[in-house]
Amino acid sequence: MAEKAERLRFVEWGGGVSPFAVGSKKLGMWLFIVSDSLTFSGLLVGYSYVRIANERWPMPFEFWPTIVMATVMTFCLLSSSLTMALAVRASSLGDRAGVVRYIALTMLGGILFVLLHAKEWAGLIAEGVRLWENPWGVPLFGASFFTLTGLHMLHVISGVIYLGVIALGVSRGRFTHEDVEISGLYWHFVDLVWMFIFPLVYLLSVKMP
Amino acid sequence: METAHAGHVETGPKLYVLTWVWLLVLTAIEVTLAYFHLPVGLMLFLLMGLSIVKAALIMAHFMHLRFERLNLVVTLIPAMVLCITLLMVFFPDGVRALRLAVR
Repeated sequence: MAEKAERLRFVEWGGGVSPFAVGSKKLGMWLFIVSDSLTFSGLLVGYSYVRIANERWPMPFEFWPTIVMATVMTFCLLSSSLTMALAVRASSLGDRAGVVRYIALTMLGGILFVLLHAKEWAGLIAEGVRLWENPWGVPLFGASFFTLTGLHMLHVISGVIYLGVIALGVSRGRFTHEDVEISGLYWHFVDLVWMFIFPLVYLLSVKMP
Repeated sequence: METAHAGHVETGPKLYVLTWVWLLVLTAIEVTLAYFHLPVGLMLFLLMGLSIVKAALIMAHFMHLRFERLNLVVTLIPAMVLCITLLMVFFPDGVRALRLAVR
């Protein structure tokens, strides 16, 4: 233990080597993830604030179709994270065809998520939910719902495009293992954010039978 | 390049599949929990607790943080957690707004 502490002080922080032992691009992605998670936290805290301050916050989500579909969407995102982890592993083993195959599966998961989500949005809009009004009362419901899920969906769409660029590059022999790993970090982060949006936005607004 | 790979442990697909299964199980528990008639505070505590476990699983295994050097983890995570916690300074005001509301 003492030996490890010595090593920390004199070797890793002593200059001349990277104290983090990751490349600058990967550190950059990590710093982006930290700042982006604060953006999402800000929105989630803002949503929670208006929710606490409203006694009659609408709880309109039926088990079928909304909650079931949102659970299926969660499944898509979680499974795409698994295939992304497998893509990074294939990349570390130098299996370029494997990387392209697994990234394609990951993109499929992301696209399914976006399609299901778009269908849900269309349904809510057809029911009369807008940014400034909805059939169930508190007008802020629509604003907070569309802002939170919309920003997340934007991240998923950007992620699918990002992964497409990476897969195309890898299939043509460009990009290193680190580039694939960094795109994986971004994708897992998008998945991670959904792990908070799903319970806070959906599960706390279920219509009790 | 040697130092860049020094902290990396070769992880088999087994760990990833196991993490995925656990994430699905925790999600199923969350969805079931949503249909229990619990006080909203307790519900929030349980759901957020489970979500934090899920986030930790994703960061540790999928995002490989468990296999990175400790320096990276202590640089990124505590600052992020502190900032998120500081955002919650607004919540008492939300409760106060409720008491002030016109009924």
